Amino acid sequence: MDTKRTVFPSKGLPYLLVAPQLAITLIFFIWPASQAVKSSFERQDPFGLSTQFVGLTHYLRLFQDPLYLTSIGRTALFAVAVTAISMGVALLLAVAVSRVIRTANAYTTMLVWPYAVAPVVAGMLFWFLFNSATGHLAYLLRYFGVVWNANLNGDHAMILVILAASWKQISYNFLFFLAGMQSVPQSLTEAAAIDGAGPLKRFWTIVFPLLSPTTFFLFIVNVNYVMFDTFGIIAATTNGGPNQATNVLVYKVYSDGFIGLNLGSSSAQSVVLMAFVILLTIVQFRYVERRVQY
Amino acid sequence: MTYPIRSAALAALTLALSTSTAFAQTEINWWHSMGGELGERLEAIAADFNASQSDYVVVPSYRGEYEESMVNTIAAFRAGEQPHLVQVYEVGTGTMMAAKGAVYPVYQLMADHGSNFDPAAFLPVVTGYYTDTEGNMLSMPFNSSTPILYYNKAAFEAAGLDANTPPKTWEEVEQFSQQILDAEAAQCGFTMAYTATWTGTENLSALHNVAYGTLENGFGGLSSELTFNHPIAVRLWEKLAEWQASGIYAYGGPAGGADNAPKFYSGECAMYMNSSASRAGVLANAEGFEVGFGMLPVFGDVAGAPQNSIIGGATLWTLSGHEDAEYDGVAAFLTYLSSPEVQAAWHQATGYLPVTLAAYELSQEQGYYEANPGSDIAIKQINLNPPTENSKGLRYGNMPQIRTVLDEELQAVLNGQKTAQEALDSAVERGNQIVREFEAANQ
Repeated sequence: MDTKRTVFPSKGLPYLLVAPQLAITLIFFIWPASQAVKSSFERQDPFGLSTQFVGLTHYLRLFQDPLYLTSIGRTALFAVAVTAISMGVALLLAVAVSRVIRTANAYTTMLVWPYAVAPVVAGMLFWFLFNSATGHLAYLLRYFGVVWNANLNGDHAMILVILAASWKQISYNFLFFLAGMQSVPQSLTEAAAIDGAGPLKRFWTIVFPLLSPTTFFLFIVNVNYVMFDTFGIIAATTNGGPNQATNVLVYKVYSDGFIGLNLGSSSAQSVVLMAFVILLTIVQFRYVERRVQY
Repeated sequence: MTYPIRSAALAALTLALSTSTAFAQTEINWWHSMGGELGERLEAIAADFNASQSDYVVVPSYRGEYEESMVNTIAAFRAGEQPHLVQVYEVGTGTMMAAKGAVYPVYQLMADHGSNFDPAAFLPVVTGYYTDTEGNMLSMPFNSSTPILYYNKAAFEAAGLDANTPPKTWEEVEQFSQQILDAEAAQCGFTMAYTATWTGTENLSALHNVAYGTLENGFGGLSSELTFNHPIAVRLWEKLAEWQASGIYAYGGPAGGADNAPKFYSGECAMYMNSSASRAGVLANAEGFEVGFGMLPVFGDVAGAPQNSIIGGATLWTLSGHEDAEYDGVAAFLTYLSSPEVQAAWHQATGYLPVTLAAYELSQEQGYYEANPGSDIAIKQINLNPPTENSKGLRYGNMPQIRTVLDEELQAVLNGQKTAQEALDSAVERGNQIVREFEAANQ
């Protein structure tokens, strides 16, 4: 893989060149993360007036809490659903747009718009559409005999946040898929077409394998998105309810820390979440990346 | 610029700055959570105070909803940038009270900074909520409210009910609702905000004079245990599940319930329980029908009910770590704020309770209640009887989390996952863990 190697004449120069990046990583990632780890071993009152060291208490309590354990499973479901939907739909749209010749730019622009919408706004939008009292889509569903009530029905609430979170991420995935597709040499697909391969065959045997680095990259980005960035959507739509049906890990970190002011437990949860994502990324790089062709 | 000139310029500048600060007014920062029209009213109070004297300037600033401004204040305190005054909602009281080094209790502030401050001037049920067991008032009452019943007079008439008689008991709520449904005067009988918390558990306990928790509902110490899984709560929650199935009750979401108000405004539900401070909003939005007002219902066969309801809303807390001269200004402002004229005007404009007896009397003298029938329901309801241990209020740290638990458990009842008893027992168990956690963090 790493065939390009630059040899620096002096030993100091390479360190100097990476120093700014290292400094930024230290200040904005390692230091805050280490603070989170530190406070996960402590019990502190909200104002920070008294602090006690409590060791692993917060972690032990978390993993004995049946609600936390269900939240892990729920997060997995949420992550898989959002990643699958947003990547699948994005790929479909990218294929459709790349087949359009004249107005491709107009479609691209329109499809990218949702990405400029803040997660909270996206959440509000879906909340309005699916509001059981006033929402248009809820009204439409009632017409088809579905009594939509995301306030009380956990499945409805989950569908709602999955849709909102996916909708928000489709644009981003679409942009990368489209760019990836445009870099596939036309000569390859033309040659296949001459050999008699239909559009589907051409896509699955030529284009899709060549998109694998893009897909892999998006896969990691999407999992990170679901794990960390979706709390705004949940805060604006369901607040983790009903009865915790949409209380995914990142929202629980927020609600326990920000609303509940339980800093120790919230820190412990964010450390666990961080560990999950690191682990997942390692697994992805070790096992999934082997199937990627660069 | 050469060196001597520069230092001379610097000296001149310093002099100019120091003389200007000598004449400047002392700034008092006031963080609050009143958005929209309420925010404008609040800013007008500060502006009037600033115009009334020349020593201090009160600078109000909106810091988001109650949770947000509390978290912002805590973050500011940790960074040493705390405001002088902050508006904290009633469920934050336990947390603020436990933060001994961070808070400058109001009774002490008023004693240290020379105002003739009299806690007895305030309504007992309001001061009760914010007073410690020794009788010291810790924060300054500002916007207190209590839930009441709003009803659609047109729907009552259409169902053959007396438009001037609101239901007094849950039995009547059920019977009236059924009559309304049968007459097709509305699609649902009633809806309520804070079903699982402020209205349906906290005020329910107070109105029936049963304990929400041990040790005077937490006033007596951090080791209090929650006991809100009493038979009355079980009874109401069972009824709610039953009523939801039959269309008598419609759920509008957790906490304040974003869907409650539209259900009432649109005529879908004929009755609506929410804060007295929603009055202005209700009157402005209820188009096409006249709104009636009533007290919260109680179970008719419970002896001694209704006792009195308890308050919600917020008070002003003073934070420690500022100069003495600034606290003089805070004391002067708080005195101004609790004057009968300011309080009466705020009460009449917003629907919040008059927090002092004098403001209540002034409003009576001004003929406000006669001109606005029903606007005194809330104050009558909290003054029904002298508050008891069970009805003076609640004092728990991490109260927002306890409320979240209650919301979740009620949802489990309404969607059929749990019985009322199971849900309330589980809420008590989970709530007690939260209470113990707070106790451990504040020893």
